[in-house]
Parts: sequence; C-alpha cells; structure tokens
Amino acid sequence: MRLLPEVLAPFSPQIAASYDDVVITVDKSKLVQMARVLRDDSRLSFDLMRLLTVVDYNDHFQVVYHLWSLGKRHRTVVKVDTPAAEASVPSVTSVWRTADWYEREGKELFGVNFEGHPKLEPLLLWEGFEGYPGRRSYQLFDYKEF
Amino acid sequence: MAVTGNTPPGNFGPENPGKPGLLPADKARQVIWKSIGPRTPAEEGITVGTGNRPAPAPYQKYAPAMITTTTQKLFAMARANSLWPLQFGLACCAIEMISTYMAHHDLDRIGVVTWPSPRQSDVMIVAGTVVKKMAEPIRLLYEQMPEPKWVIAMGACATNGGPYWRSYSVVMGVDHIIPVDIYIPGCPPRPEALLDGIFKLQEKIQQDAKRSGQSGTAQAGDTATLEAPRPSG
Repeated sequence: MRLLPEVLAPFSPQIAASYDDVVITVDKSKLVQMARVLRDDSRLSFDLMRLLTVVDYNDHFQVVYHLWSLGKRHRTVVKVDTPAAEASVPSVTSVWRTADWYEREGKELFGVNFEGHPKLEPLLLWEGFEGYPGRRSYQLFDYKEF
Repeated sequence: MAVTGNTPPGNFGPENPGKPGLLPADKARQVIWKSIGPRTPAEEGITVGTGNRPAPAPYQKYAPAMITTTTQKLFAMARANSLWPLQFGLACCAIEMISTYMAHHDLDRIGVVTWPSPRQSDVMIVAGTVVKKMAEPIRLLYEQMPEPKWVIAMGACATNGGPYWRSYSVVMGVDHIIPVDIYIPGCPPRPEALLDGIFKLQEKIQQDAKRSGQSGTAQAGDTATLEAPRPSG
C-alpha cells in the first residue's frame, strides 16, 4: 500500500487515511484510467469492486468505490466528487463488470449520470417513477396513494 | 340402579334397628354401594366386543341417523379445514411462514397445504412488505384465485406499512389493493401468531356460513338432508 502514491502519481490523487482505510480522492476525469491501473498493476491488483455508493453532501455528490484484492487481500477506497447541479461520473463498468447494477442503483436513487454505462435503466424502482429518493432534497413521508 | 325389597330405602341405620318397614343396616349399605359404586359394562348398557367382533362405534348408538344442516355450513366446515394458501412470500415474514409449515408447527395437520398456483388456492397469506412495484402482481394473483377466497395480512408491513410507513416505495397495507380478512400483528409474527390467525380465519369462515346470505363469500343457500351411516345389525 505504500506504493500507492508512486503508482498513482500520474493521476495526482489525494491520498489520506481514514480510520483503517486508505482513501484516494481523485478528479473524475482521471477516474477510469486510474481504476484500470489499480486493477491491472501487479503490485496492487484490485480485482474486485466490493461496493459503490453515492453520498449526498447537499452541494455536491460523492461517489465512493470500495476495492478489494482477492490475491493480495488488501483494500482501498476511491472517492470522486461531482457537483450536484449536473451530477455525472464516468462509468467504471469497463473496468469492473460488477459496477453495472451499482451504477444503475446510483442513477435511480441519486440521479448521478454514469457516462458510458451500457444500459442505465432503473434497477429497483418501477418505470415512470419520478424523483430521486436517495437525495436529501427528496420529500420523505410524502405518501402518494397507490 | 336396582333396589331389592318392597320398601324404599331411607331412614335406616344402626340407631333404628329392626324397625318394621325399613331395611337392616348391612342390607342398606349394599343398596347404597350398588347405586353409587362402580358398574359393570353390562349395567351401563355398553356392548363389549369380543374376539374379532369389535363393539359397535359409539356414534352408531348415540348419533342420529339423519343430520339436517345447510350446504353452507357443510361447505364452510370443509373449506375451513382444508385451506390451501398460495405459496409465495415477500419478505422476512415469509421465513416465519415457512417455519410454520415445517415440522415444528406443522400446518399440514390442520389441513393447510401450500399450493404453488393461484388457480387452486383458497387463502393468500401476504407475508411481508408490499412494495408498489409488487402491488400489481399481487392484485393479479388475487384475481386469479377462485371464489371463495380469503386474505391474511401477516405482519406489520402487510397490515399498514409497518416500519416503512409513508415510504416512497411501500404500499401502506395490502388492504389498499385487496380485501383482507385477518390481520396478524408482529414484526415478524411468530409461527404461533400465524397459527392463531389461521384458526381465527377458520372460525370466521364458519361464522360467515351461519350468518347465511350476509357474507360476501357465502354461496347461495339451499338446505339439504344428509344421511348418516346407519348402524349395521
């Protein structure tokens, strides 16, 4: 893990420690290239994306990727910020196939547009659902009679 | 009770021995013991079977040969004791429902057998959270079930939404989409609670048949006379 700053230097990330996780914050324009390096570099080989989640900070969204190396048995967290007005992040489905459904869920719950996703349809919600229930601005307890 | 002697028993004892018209004390004790003591089967009027000739069944002796009832009550009795629930579960309540079907609680013993098709089912046990996406299939399944049919709303979610009350994706109770007969509280209810709900449904089915014509599920009532098996010989 001490190799991370050296390997990821071309992407100019901010690397910090939070609790017992190494957190890599990177600009969204360099996300996919960095993800590919994280997966393919033999010293890192983060071949499993365990979790993708979106955090709503009111003024911006943050997409969080939890990575795990099955062979090396180590982990890291990648974070990408995106403005709330036009929330969009490049899709990492080309790197990790498992990101497919996570990104669909992020789209339907938070409205983050994952660019380059092959089929960004709602995963859990039904067709015709309006609004993004995961956002803080979504009116909870606004029950509509079915 | 057989009293021997010409005089009725009474007012006897050692304090009035030899009084004319009364039984002596030892004879009187025999009479009393005969009246309150144990009786032989022959004195009870019970025929005891011998060898390979069993005794006649008690119902052949005591039950009437003819029972007059209504078809409603008869059908209700049959329906209440062979409830076939539609086999489907929605959430964690389904786990409790499955364990109720299993050997420990064994719903089969009261005639409740799951059936994987709505076409032959009598009961729909809505076990779990009804999300709005699932509401339409549930309505479709309910409409595919033949009359008469009943619905048990199992657990807090199916009753009124439960912990997902006023949620954006959960129906606030399955009674918003289909009529419900029995509500079972709990989150999730224990198997005993589901058993109790099924017993309550059985009671309700038979109560509805007694109030003939008032229930929506009762059939058009015409009376019938049913002949019970007569005792042979």
